[in-house]
Amino acid sequence: MSLNWFKYASPASFYPLAGKLIPWFGWSAALLALVGLYIGLVVAPTDFQQGDAYRIIFIHVPAAWMSMFLYVVMAAWSALALGFNTRLSAMMAQAIAPTGALMTFIALWSGAFWGRPTWGTYWAWDARMTSELILLFLYFGVIALRHAIDDPRRADRACGVLTLTGVVNVPIIYFSVQWWNTLHQGSSVSLTKAPSMAAIMLTGMLIMSLAAWFYAIAASLARVRVVIIERERGAAWIGGLTEVRNA
Amino acid sequence: MSTFFAMNGYGFYVWSAYGAAALVLAIELFALRSRRKSALEEARLTVPEDAGNPAEGSV
Amino acid sequence: MSTAATASPVDDGVLSAMRWAAARDLKLALRSRGELGVQLLFYVIVVSLFPLSTTPERNLLATMGPGVLWVAALLSSLLSLPRLFAGDHADGTLEQIALSPYPLAALVYGKILAHWLTTGLPVVALAPLLGLQYAMDGESLAVLTAALLIGTPILSLLGAIGAALTLGLRASGSLLALLILPLYVPVLIFGAGAVDAARAGLGVSANLSLLGAGLLVATVGAPFAAAAAVRIALD
Repeated sequence: MSLNWFKYASPASFYPLAGKLIPWFGWSAALLALVGLYIGLVVAPTDFQQGDAYRIIFIHVPAAWMSMFLYVVMAAWSALALGFNTRLSAMMAQAIAPTGALMTFIALWSGAFWGRPTWGTYWAWDARMTSELILLFLYFGVIALRHAIDDPRRADRACGVLTLTGVVNVPIIYFSVQWWNTLHQGSSVSLTKAPSMAAIMLTGMLIMSLAAWFYAIAASLARVRVVIIERERGAAWIGGLTEVRNA
Repeated sequence: MSTFFAMNGYGFYVWSAYGAAALVLAIELFALRSRRKSALEEARLTVPEDAGNPAEGSV
Repeated sequence: MSTAATASPVDDGVLSAMRWAAARDLKLALRSRGELGVQLLFYVIVVSLFPLSTTPERNLLATMGPGVLWVAALLSSLLSLPRLFAGDHADGTLEQIALSPYPLAALVYGKILAHWLTTGLPVVALAPLLGLQYAMDGESLAVLTAALLIGTPILSLLGAIGAALTLGLRASGSLLALLILPLYVPVLIFGAGAVDAARAGLGVSANLSLLGAGLLVATVGAPFAAAAAVRIALD
């Protein structure tokens, strides 16, 4: 059994596997998104309090969930990379970071445009949005550190340490901002409570979350394939790939 | 159809949010594609010139 | 280095390593007293800038004061952190330290201690004085000083991880700030929040306890993370 696991631990054997998986996840994501968007934009009824502006939650919530989920996944790959000293685990962590950052940005942007019509302001320092902003900085930090270090193996380990330090901090940051916010919270409506969900709205949100997850998998696998080509350049098996010979 | 786009007055906000998300994802995919192209081209340079076409290699 | 006569279960090189590293770094720091003075001056100047750019109105200043003093402490810490490892790295001493038989985490901890004594402690000492600029009353000043006393070591501990990760890199100063400031946020929130809580009559024990807990966790974890980062940078 252990043989099967480590078979795909080499970039050379993971590359074609990833290539086969990408279309599955990509098309599934597209299909799910189509269904989810139809539910979110057409089927779901207009909200009593917030009007049609609430429909933003169908991208805001999935993006926010993904932003946090991807950071944890990135940390898991980093832990594997540091623990087993495997290149591919580090490459996976490297590949996930940009997608995670973009999800965080989408969550922040959509959150701002949800806040403006609903609560009168594009930005409020509530616990969730502030923590999300700091999460964006954490992603930027990992990406910046990767770019700053020339040696890929040193970059792997340094980014691994940084990611793990960050993942320990994410709950602390959220808790501290929550604390700060409850002390400072004025009479404004709590921004952290979503309107109580009708079943159809919840379904739409869950489908969009699944779509976002599959998209993130497809994008990360596609990116790790590029990372593999960049970093394994010169290896014999790379030279044998048809897409390289035809480049 | 026009009521769909108007979103009962909230159209600006809804479509700004959805539009930004679509734009960001499109940028990610385009950036990925161009990065892959550069990587393949650079890898091509390391392939030794020979006439043989090995059977291995898959997409 | 440890004398056999005083051997204890803990003193298997750990304490003596800490002591040695702290003493050495303190000695080196005191040789360049000017640099320390400049960093302290930076702190004072930054704190003075805010009333000039906002308002001299006393109530508003008193509200702003804790936050400003904390942010200035964060920035001073960032300014001084590269110094933690860069000097030793440049002349090869850091490699020797890493190769020594003593636990690297203990040596790193000693360096962090020295860093705090030369950077954090002066900030704590000056805070009551500078707090007067912000029309803060005695109780607020006391709470602020206590919070800074517990919090500034955390800044040094977390900062050391960042300093080790960015050793020898281009634009390491700005990169260090980007990496460390998000991690500093909870310290900032609980540290400044302690004063706000005192002013609102809510009691400071919660904030200070959380800071204290953070200090314990950082004391236990950060030297190891920083030591790992040092090894990564040296390979």
